[in-house]
Amino acid sequence: MTLQIWIWLMIGITFSLYIGIAIWSKAGSTNEFYVAGSGVSPLANGMATAADWMSAASFISMAGLISFMGYDGSVYLMGWTGGYVLLALLLAPYLRKFGKFTVPDFIGDRYYSDTARLVAIICALIISFTYVAGQMRGVGLVFSRYLEVDINTGVVIGMAIVLFYAVLGGMKGITYTQVAQYCVLIFAFMVPAIFISIQMTGNPIPQLGFGSEGKDGIYLLDKLDGLSKDLGFHEYTSGSKSKLDVFFITAALMIGTAGLPHVIVRFFTVKKVSDARKSAGWALLFIAILYTTAPAIAVFARTNLIETVSEKKYDEMPVWFDNWEKTGLLTFNDKNNDGIIQYVAEPEINELTIDRDIMVMANPEIAELPNWVIALLAAGALAAALSTAAGLLLVISSSISHDLIKKIIKPDVSEKGELIAARISAFFAVLMAGYFGINPPGFVAAVVALAFGLAAASFFPAIVLGIFYKRMNKEGAISGMVIGLLLMLFYMTKFKFGWFGGGTSEDWWFGISPEGFGTFAMLINFIISLVVCHLTKEPSKEIQDLVEKIRIPSND
Amino acid sequence: MNKKAAKEYWRQNIKYLVILLTIWFTVSFGFGILLIDELNQFKIGGFKLGFWFAQQGSIYVFVILILTYIVLMNKLDKKYNIK
Repeated sequence: MTLQIWIWLMIGITFSLYIGIAIWSKAGSTNEFYVAGSGVSPLANGMATAADWMSAASFISMAGLISFMGYDGSVYLMGWTGGYVLLALLLAPYLRKFGKFTVPDFIGDRYYSDTARLVAIICALIISFTYVAGQMRGVGLVFSRYLEVDINTGVVIGMAIVLFYAVLGGMKGITYTQVAQYCVLIFAFMVPAIFISIQMTGNPIPQLGFGSEGKDGIYLLDKLDGLSKDLGFHEYTSGSKSKLDVFFITAALMIGTAGLPHVIVRFFTVKKVSDARKSAGWALLFIAILYTTAPAIAVFARTNLIETVSEKKYDEMPVWFDNWEKTGLLTFNDKNNDGIIQYVAEPEINELTIDRDIMVMANPEIAELPNWVIALLAAGALAAALSTAAGLLLVISSSISHDLIKKIIKPDVSEKGELIAARISAFFAVLMAGYFGINPPGFVAAVVALAFGLAAASFFPAIVLGIFYKRMNKEGAISGMVIGLLLMLFYMTKFKFGWFGGGTSEDWWFGISPEGFGTFAMLINFIISLVVCHLTKEPSKEIQDLVEKIRIPSND
Repeated sequence: MNKKAAKEYWRQNIKYLVILLTIWFTVSFGFGILLIDELNQFKIGGFKLGFWFAQQGSIYVFVILILTYIVLMNKLDKKYNIK
């Protein structure tokens, strides 16, 4: 069978599966729409969380990023997994005990203030919108590469699917489709990795394979270090970023992960506190499978790439080289007209530019794996992008219908009215996300990575202090969130878009990049919160009792 | 649950958190970032040790930390008769 037929087949099967699940799990109440009736088992919730969490960026871009960054890529590996330890230990159990629907619910009730609620809603919307636009773009990219439709048509197809199951099924539909999507994406990610690991090292476990010897008896990592150095790149296993910056970026990604509303809200969907802990454990286990495989793929792909192209004749390149050249994601410019590819670090001499996003997708072709594996990868990438987009859309719709309409603007709205509002806002959220997917404003790519900084700088301190510090009051929490968010926005726009006078990496405060600045802004948030809290009066007895109650899992 | 028991339960929980988060910090920020040059002098198989902690080891430890916390807290819940 040809590749095209395989791809249509894989995507057809998986998409009908998602739609079938959506029809089966239609939501009938707001409780089902927002938190799947709080009846999801820890195992299913763990899978759903993993799919929700692992986006097109994790699936398509991360291994490629690492393969070009080497050790510096560790910030993503540790950052996007370590956050789950914080979630499981510091947030999930207590938020579950609190037992409402959304993060602004917690902030608004704990800090007895609609201003706090409104600030939380704004933070949730900013974070989710920047994030979701990137997902729709990812869907478009996959469609355009594999189905040979243009990117915009791809985005529209993706929108239609998400629209169908997010609007119909709410959290309930999303949860069970995410379970299916996790299975598809992890299978699709692991199969090529295992194949390539066997091919290159004889070891079927990629996590061990990339620390083993290649066919020539040399350790793969030693060989890659040598190759990188010869071509003028930095040594693969050591980095080029400063230690301080690596520290701050890792921390910002970890804490940001723990503060992302679409991840937190998943822990409201289980029955009880102990289930919230368990599902965090399952979630990280499922995520770890992909995250420990990604650095192996990075090493395999990088070694394979260098060995295939470096100092080889352009005319003798394999078919995949031509295929990716056509997409413009791989370009060869024969600067010295010798017909041979010089792939080196020095930009004056280098003749090959490779978009890092193609590393995972081109990998099976580079390793000459069968067509069905490539088709599987396409289905997996779509599963990753769609599942994350759906989770984010739900946060956006519940922020509007529940937090804004029900809790602030029109508290007497009926359950039925709220459910209709939830569906209408989900509908408009999908349209807006699709619009940004088709017309990506320049800031999207830059901002997706910074959504973590925003989450770390705004939500995390307010939630943690709300649980662990009884004396924390609304004045402290609101000023902390507002200043944390503004400081992060200021630094991000200054150094990413050149506002407020702009600046280069020379001007970074203490050498901290915008990606790592979330950690700094978070520390400022903590300090401001605590100082302001002690200058104003302590919260009422009822609030302090509420805090004591959420600390203990039992109901009496 | 009476006030005294609740206080004890919370104190024990905090103790677990401090221990587990210390390990969390040590394997990632300690071994994977701050002490990487020292650890890279050692090798296991083809991995330099510091590099291994940054790209593999810390993630395994994260999973184990959460599992440990689940077991510890389930025991604690049982001790205080929390269902």
